[in-house]
Amino acid sequence: MTRRQKNIVNTTLRYLVLIGVGTIMIYPMLWMLGASFKTSNNEIFSSIGIIPKKFSIQAYINGWQSTEYTFLTYLVNTYKIVLPKVVGTVLSATLTAYGFARFRFKGKKMFYAILLSTLFLPQVVLNIPQYLLFRNLGWLEPSLSYLPLIIPTFFASDTYFVFMLVQFLRGIPKELEEAAKIDGCNSLQTLWFIICPVLKPSIVSAALFQFMWSSNDFMGPLIYVKTVAKYPASLGLRLSMDADVGFEWNKILAMSIITLLPSLIVFFAAQKQFVEGVTAGSVKG
Amino acid sequence: MRRNKDVQISDAVLKRRGFRYFLKENTGFLYILPWLIGFLVFKLYPFGSSLYYSFTDYDLFKDIVSFIGFKNYTQILDTAKIRKAFEVTFRYAFMTVPLKLAFALFVAYILNFKIKGVNLFRTIYYIPSILGGSVAIAVLWKFLFQNNGLINQILSIFNVVGPNWLGDSRYSLFVVSLLRVWQFGSPMVIFLAALKSVPTDLYEAASIDGASKTRQFLSVTIPLISPVIFYNLVTQLCQAFQEFNAPYIITDGGPLGSTTLISMLVYQNAFKTYQMGLASAISWLLFLIVMTLTIISFMSQKYWVYYSDDEGR
Repeated sequence: MTRRQKNIVNTTLRYLVLIGVGTIMIYPMLWMLGASFKTSNNEIFSSIGIIPKKFSIQAYINGWQSTEYTFLTYLVNTYKIVLPKVVGTVLSATLTAYGFARFRFKGKKMFYAILLSTLFLPQVVLNIPQYLLFRNLGWLEPSLSYLPLIIPTFFASDTYFVFMLVQFLRGIPKELEEAAKIDGCNSLQTLWFIICPVLKPSIVSAALFQFMWSSNDFMGPLIYVKTVAKYPASLGLRLSMDADVGFEWNKILAMSIITLLPSLIVFFAAQKQFVEGVTAGSVKG
Repeated sequence: MRRNKDVQISDAVLKRRGFRYFLKENTGFLYILPWLIGFLVFKLYPFGSSLYYSFTDYDLFKDIVSFIGFKNYTQILDTAKIRKAFEVTFRYAFMTVPLKLAFALFVAYILNFKIKGVNLFRTIYYIPSILGGSVAIAVLWKFLFQNNGLINQILSIFNVVGPNWLGDSRYSLFVVSLLRVWQFGSPMVIFLAALKSVPTDLYEAASIDGASKTRQFLSVTIPLISPVIFYNLVTQLCQAFQEFNAPYIITDGGPLGSTTLISMLVYQNAFKTYQMGLASAISWLLFLIVMTLTIISFMSQKYWVYYSDDEGR
């Protein structure tokens, strides 16, 4: 074989593997999308084809009303939890990261070591006492039941975001800030006018990650949100699955797609950020 | 020289002013204060009280806490159901993590070649991971592995009668594990970044020395990206031992407890039967296991993780 032929064979092999893996990754999701427009279980479970014979949006209409509340309630609830969480995370993680990356103070090394070690602390261990803590604070009342999910984010509870921002900040030269200091800016002004604009890409990717993870969060609401009227979409979906005795799969899949849609839109709008966010911040996943 | 002197004087002046000096010296501390308060209230205090509760018979219904020593822990060892959950969790973790990492590395290796359309593939591979532990994805998985679901339909094309994946305790755990392997995107992206940072002249030198592609991969690539392999290993292990959503939604722990992982048992004991003491003990045992494994991984580093600057140790 000549070198040229060898190259062609190699490239072809690589493409075959890439396409093969790509199909495994994407086909189930496309099949799910197709199935949500199919009319019956019969059709869903008898063909591996994606395109429905007869295109119908009936599953979406039925699924939307399959429980006591319409799916709109669950979606609105989701964002009542998610948006404050994103705000809390961005504010607290930026302040903390700024403190760690740009100042010297007593015990800094020790505090940073503690922060990093909390990355490896299993949430399972904390769930029970946290639950008891919030119960003692009276936050299990239905009207307050989002507080246990939201309030900790205002105290930088998701430490990987702090870690991620610190990593980014380390790569930013300090000259700009020194100029600002000479011009008489205090540290808060420096943070707002100088650091934040430079740090914006990583702040945005932290916000996006928090948005997606919180919209998908299941265990948190499962523990704290006890009233159906307050359910976010993740619990609403699980509820409609339980409520559906005959398992009309097209209905369940239609609602699954609706809950995934916001995350998918966010992902496609900002995919570059995500890939950079993962590599630079070494985020979980 | 003069400037230096100025700074010293102004420091001395500030020192006399007390509070302002304190502020200047501790600005950084003030910035991390929200995190520190959060850490004490939402992490350290729960962490400690969880240990305490694990030695009590705290039942949320009776709401009386009394100290019972190691009874919860001995009960864990005596209860077949709990022992089984630990066994299942170990099997789950040691099946999922190596498969996922191997797959992630393999795909990252191929994506690292200069070929057109790499970004499209990278995006496609990353989508399932970004949707992570969502209920919808678990529903999809349940749907795929139904008796007459897509997987068995595809198998029947090849005249293979697929098993009842989710109803058979021999396969159920494997199916749950497969979902996580499928979501290999995050470690893949991290591997990809590491592979890109391997200097190409090392490969050139190796191929001049006559090393084959496989040899180069084993002797150049693997050692150079070993810190990242280590990072992925530790994070994925921690995650695997905490898995909850997928088995809860796909199989609800069944059949025959074959997918009941420890985190589900903690959830059931704590929030279904309100046995907070026992549940705390189970979660602490889980924590000790994860910690031990992490420490073992960290200690094993010196045998296989290569740091070019000795800083990471």
